[in-house]
Amino acid sequence: MGYPNKPHLKETIVLSQHFGDADARTFKGWTKRGGYEALSQAFKMTPVEVIEVVKESGLRGRGGAGFPTGLKWSFMPKEKKKPHYLCVNADESEPGTFKDREIMRWTPHALLEGTAIAAHAIQAEIAYIYIRGEFTEPWTIMEKALAEANAANVFGKIKIVLHRGAGAYICGEETALMNSIEGKRGNPRIKPPFPAAAGLFGMPTTINNVETLTAVPHILKRGAAWYKGLCLSNPKSTGTKLFSVCGHVQRPGNYEVTMGFPLKDLLYEMCGGVPAGRTLKACIPGGSSVPILNREETERTLLDYEGCVAAGSMLGSGGVIVFDDSTDMVYQIMRLARFYAHESCAQCTQCREGTAWTTKIMERILAGQGKMQDLDLLLDLSENMTGKTICVLSDSCAAPVVSGIKKFKNEFEDYITGRRKPVMVA
Amino acid sequence: MPDQLINLIVDGVPVSVAPGTLVIEAAKQAGVLVPHYCYHPGLPVAGVCRMCLVEIEKAPKLQIACATTVTEGMVVKTQSAPAKDARKSVLEFLLINHPLDCPICDQAGECELQDFVFQEGRSGTRYGEYAKRFNPVEDFGPDVLYVPNRCILCTRCVRFMDDVAQEPVLNVSERGDRAYIGIHPEARLNHPWAGNVVDLCPVGSLLSKDFLHKARAWELDKTASICTGCSQGCSVTLDTRDEVVVRVRPRPNLDVNRYFICDHGRANYRWMNRGDRIEAPLVRRDGELHATDWDEAFARVLGILRGASGKAVALVSPGASTEALDLARRLLSAFEWTGAFQVVMGEEAPLPGVPNLALRAERAPNAKGAEQLGYTRDYAAAVKAAASAAVVLVLDDPDCPVETAGALIYAGTVLPPETACRAAQVVLPIANVAEEEGTFVNRDGRAQKYFQAKPAPGMARPAAWVLGELAAALGVAEAPR
Repeated sequence: MGYPNKPHLKETIVLSQHFGDADARTFKGWTKRGGYEALSQAFKMTPVEVIEVVKESGLRGRGGAGFPTGLKWSFMPKEKKKPHYLCVNADESEPGTFKDREIMRWTPHALLEGTAIAAHAIQAEIAYIYIRGEFTEPWTIMEKALAEANAANVFGKIKIVLHRGAGAYICGEETALMNSIEGKRGNPRIKPPFPAAAGLFGMPTTINNVETLTAVPHILKRGAAWYKGLCLSNPKSTGTKLFSVCGHVQRPGNYEVTMGFPLKDLLYEMCGGVPAGRTLKACIPGGSSVPILNREETERTLLDYEGCVAAGSMLGSGGVIVFDDSTDMVYQIMRLARFYAHESCAQCTQCREGTAWTTKIMERILAGQGKMQDLDLLLDLSENMTGKTICVLSDSCAAPVVSGIKKFKNEFEDYITGRRKPVMVA
Repeated sequence: MPDQLINLIVDGVPVSVAPGTLVIEAAKQAGVLVPHYCYHPGLPVAGVCRMCLVEIEKAPKLQIACATTVTEGMVVKTQSAPAKDARKSVLEFLLINHPLDCPICDQAGECELQDFVFQEGRSGTRYGEYAKRFNPVEDFGPDVLYVPNRCILCTRCVRFMDDVAQEPVLNVSERGDRAYIGIHPEARLNHPWAGNVVDLCPVGSLLSKDFLHKARAWELDKTASICTGCSQGCSVTLDTRDEVVVRVRPRPNLDVNRYFICDHGRANYRWMNRGDRIEAPLVRRDGELHATDWDEAFARVLGILRGASGKAVALVSPGASTEALDLARRLLSAFEWTGAFQVVMGEEAPLPGVPNLALRAERAPNAKGAEQLGYTRDYAAAVKAAASAAVVLVLDDPDCPVETAGALIYAGTVLPPETACRAAQVVLPIANVAEEEGTFVNRDGRAQKYFQAKPAPGMARPAAWVLGELAAALGVAEAPR
């Protein structure tokens, strides 16, 4: 963990090197630390050359889906007939995730540099950085950094625009984010057309996560082979990843580790394990939208895209939420369902009605009024909410419910049979 | 072009369609209706109701038929277990917050939610004892009520106002299951074409105040007709209950009005039900009009026509059928003939999203037809000429300020107390547009047929029959069938 503590020895410090170093926030301080060298290097390369390097590095999207970044960039039209746009998704709203916030707080220029390189690679003249509305401090810092960088004229013809969100979780979905920038209601769009064909303002658009783009300058400077070498398990997952650990651990925070690092070591060694006298019960490895892992699964999970899937979950955004044995899993799952019910954009029937219904059933179980058949009903509703809607918000609500019932059924049954005292649900 | 068509199979039926066709439209060609709510061929695709999920071979998951374009060799299954399960679950989700107040809902009987639930929904609820979403009824505009509790948020109304009427006063307000259709706080849903949202609404959420509680859908008879509101000639359906016209709705016609009609046309039906109609032929005897039978009335008209010569003037309504206008001219073919009509004018109101569609300033359905038959717009001159004409025929134009030294024959639906037509020698009772079959020619020269929706009162007959019998007696036309 970087700021406010010293990094752990087992961390691989790339993106988080300057966390806690206020001088790195300034343009002068950043250039002193080698900043914007990669950008000048990129400007000397053709867009195709930049894309090839990123492809070769194996960098994959850090926002959740893990799509290969170079491949995504290569989908943009080679021959430019319309304006191209780059969108940077800094609407980090996934519960349990707080890595992009730290990147923007401490190394705003790293993001700006990565943004400019990506814009060059996809031949975009304008890049929008869509920053979560609640991120007041990162916003101020990014604004200042952008002003400094513009004053130094480092971006050439590329214009970077900061756009502030208004507090909707769904605006972190790529097409909803584009609607939001366009001034429309932040509703996800049906695909196709995919953003590379018709994205922001109907023009070819690429959208990348903050952490993804922040890794790009390092790849250009140190080479694709170096980045590719940062791999402890599956060669399809390369580089480093920031994990935001929160919940029942002694030292919560952001940890940067090489892909394939064991989750067990992250939790027990780096984060100091669960509070004394308690034991690990469950863990969500990739933000609230991914299936919950039980203790046994947690302890064998390797932190990369394939490793998390093998353990029955997903790497997602890298927001690690840790639950010890004092946790009421039924309550936690109700809280998650309630979050999704609150944030559903209301377009798709399954999501609009299903998230709210799921929440009502969960609340009733907690109130001691559940029935055994409610569990089957929850599973059936979750099935009906999965893979049938425009975006994955509906699926995200179903994932913790299904994995929760599967892995912690006894806790549900305790509420239903009255073995456990009802909880007042506010 | 056949080599350019895309071949696919929908539920085992092979079809060939143009490239770019949506699966939901291709399915229609295969005779398969994929259940849907948000999709409407006259609106941009939204893909939100998720009702039209179908299985497509080789696709990893179910696809929505309304937003998937056909590809060569595609195999679509609408009746596979996953597709049916998906629809069943959408119906269940749609119903959990639905009030199920079909017994008092105007839409019942023509409600797509009712129909599809009946077809393939669950028979019972699993929603249990939770409260349903409640929002009060809202007054959206002069003729539109919004009942949010019945709303399934298909957004057809929002998209109509955004993209077709291009007056974006509606939106989806709030999020999640709290969502409802909102209206701009300072706006009314009073666009001249706003009434279409009522037709577009697949459920009973947007209601016409005019039609409110007037009839149950299953009590209505439906007749294909043409709107008489202006010279656009929109295809409409006249809905009648017990021989009374109670509603006018658009009938799809891609060449004229697509799926829409304006509010002026929609409201333009009450006169079809007027009670003060002429129900028997009248003839002038001792200076007074007396009711009689058709034989005497015809004999009087034929006597007038056979006994006169010189000038004849026809003052006609541009709302008369082309058939009647033609026979009215033939009837007077032995004379030196002048024919004219006058058109009531109003404000033009276009529907921006559809080219060449507007409520036209000319508020008459058959002005073009009259013109094509030689009637002129120089009404004033014709009225002047009537003064000295030997015979004047007024066809359904009771407001006509006619005065003549010759014989006046009036064929009409009504005879108001003050009308100049009361001076007629013979009054022939005729049917109105809802009571006869005929043809109108719209402003673009398109001849369109309308059909009889209800019987004419008393002895009234279609003008084409009345004038046709007379013309046949004179030997200038064949007898009407």
